[in-house]
Amino acid sequence: MKDIAIQVINFSHFYGQQPSLKNINLDIYRGEILGIIGPARSGKSTFLTCLNRLNDLIPGSRVSGKILIDGLDIYQPEVDVAALRRRLGMVFATPVPLPMSIYDNVAFGPRLQGQTDRQKLDRLVEDCLDKAGLWAEVKDRLKTSALKLSGGQQQRLCLARVLALKPEYILLDEPTSGLDPISTMKIEATLRLLKKDYTIILVTNNTKQAARVADRTAFFLMGELIEVDETEIIFTRPSDKRTENYIEGKFG
Amino acid sequence: MKTKFRLKPRAEQKVVRFFLYFLTSVAILVLVFILVVILKNGLPQLSLEFLTKNPAHMGKEGGIFSTIVATIYLTFIALLVATPLGVGTAIYLTEYTFEGKVTRIIRFGAECLAGIPSIIFGLFGFILFVTKLKFGWSILSGGLTLAFMVLPTIIRTSEEAIKSVPAAYRLVSYSLGSTRWQTVTRVVLPSAAPGIVTGVILSIGRSIGETAAVIFTAGSALRLPSSIFSSARTMSVHFYILAREGISMSKAYGTAAVLVIAILLINIVTYYLMSKYISRTSPE
Repeated sequence: MKDIAIQVINFSHFYGQQPSLKNINLDIYRGEILGIIGPARSGKSTFLTCLNRLNDLIPGSRVSGKILIDGLDIYQPEVDVAALRRRLGMVFATPVPLPMSIYDNVAFGPRLQGQTDRQKLDRLVEDCLDKAGLWAEVKDRLKTSALKLSGGQQQRLCLARVLALKPEYILLDEPTSGLDPISTMKIEATLRLLKKDYTIILVTNNTKQAARVADRTAFFLMGELIEVDETEIIFTRPSDKRTENYIEGKFG
Repeated sequence: MKTKFRLKPRAEQKVVRFFLYFLTSVAILVLVFILVVILKNGLPQLSLEFLTKNPAHMGKEGGIFSTIVATIYLTFIALLVATPLGVGTAIYLTEYTFEGKVTRIIRFGAECLAGIPSIIFGLFGFILFVTKLKFGWSILSGGLTLAFMVLPTIIRTSEEAIKSVPAAYRLVSYSLGSTRWQTVTRVVLPSAAPGIVTGVILSIGRSIGETAAVIFTAGSALRLPSSIFSSARTMSVHFYILAREGISMSKAYGTAAVLVIAILLINIVTYYLMSKYISRTSPE
């Protein structure tokens, strides 16, 4: 029996009057990697920011329906949004290191919560950089600016920074879209390793990436969830013609 | 009969270039002229004694020590008040409200404030601080008046500096579970700091050079000020009185030289900071 971690029920999202997500129903299982594919502007990224309520920051953003995360209705007014965002760490399409040292970037989240114990931070920073596959490359220059890292390294730093939050879920928004194939491989390898401890939702504009790493794959189109199933099924015998067309590269 | 006079494009190019070059030279020459006149007449007056001795005989003799001290006190008070007010306003306008009618009105108000002549600030300071609040002619009255005078500059430069912090930094900060205030203090302000500091330094320059607003509010006592309630004379007021009353032109030039050198130094520091700021915000 699959353990349902996130339940999305009749969920819609609007920018002003414009609907960007239409009546989404989706269950996300604990410990899986869910790939989300679909053409540009299909609502994939918006869906991620709805899960951690980052869409709150956009003027004119509005939702209806429910998202339950471990049973918690996250759009209730009394929900602690900062705490929610720590539980669902997010990695963005463009790596954005904050303009501070590598160490300070990783320690940023824990410090927000008042962690000042040097030894604990040291251990956490090492542990997270290690999990993100970056420790060996940066261990001698933790105090140098994170802006000096290469694009691929920056993205792994962003992943390490998210891991330092000790999240339960990791949301990835096209995390390798700006990276070279080798950096992409490293990130994908890291994701497979992380799977045992985290539930991962991976939005990607690279369908092959979903095929490589996702357990299940969801196909979004124009704000609608067209279908979701085992990755193998989606890629071999999808039930909707539009999914098939997209995967075969007929549009998008 | 009309004759149309037209130059060939190449010739036109040359004429325009020469003309613009001429205009630019005039602007620079004015600066050079001022510097030469002030420094030529003022530098011979400068000595350690001039900087460290108090004025005597209404300023005919002695140095300008008390006026330097008064200038520093006044400027310090002005910045102590204006910086938190200005930066706070800028943070509110950029981080705590969405762009709308209210922010536009506040911004318009700040801009109007910037356009008000300094002598009007002097009058306002005189009515409010000197008489109504009974601070008298004092460093406090003068400092507060200057604070309101430089406030728009600080709001403006801080706002620009805060706005130039990439939106992605804020998004990342929020996504890592920070509150609004944590994002402001840990991400936005550190990134905007060089720009904010630049605005503050420009304001220091304006405060030091201000005469009209100060003469109404801080008075013109020559004694070394003993507290913030003492009346005091700043360098620029001292210069004004020495020259206006014909007390001593040579001492006036000396004072002017110190003023000009101080402001030049401040501008050089500002340029240095700005170039560092730009090199920090641009990639590599």
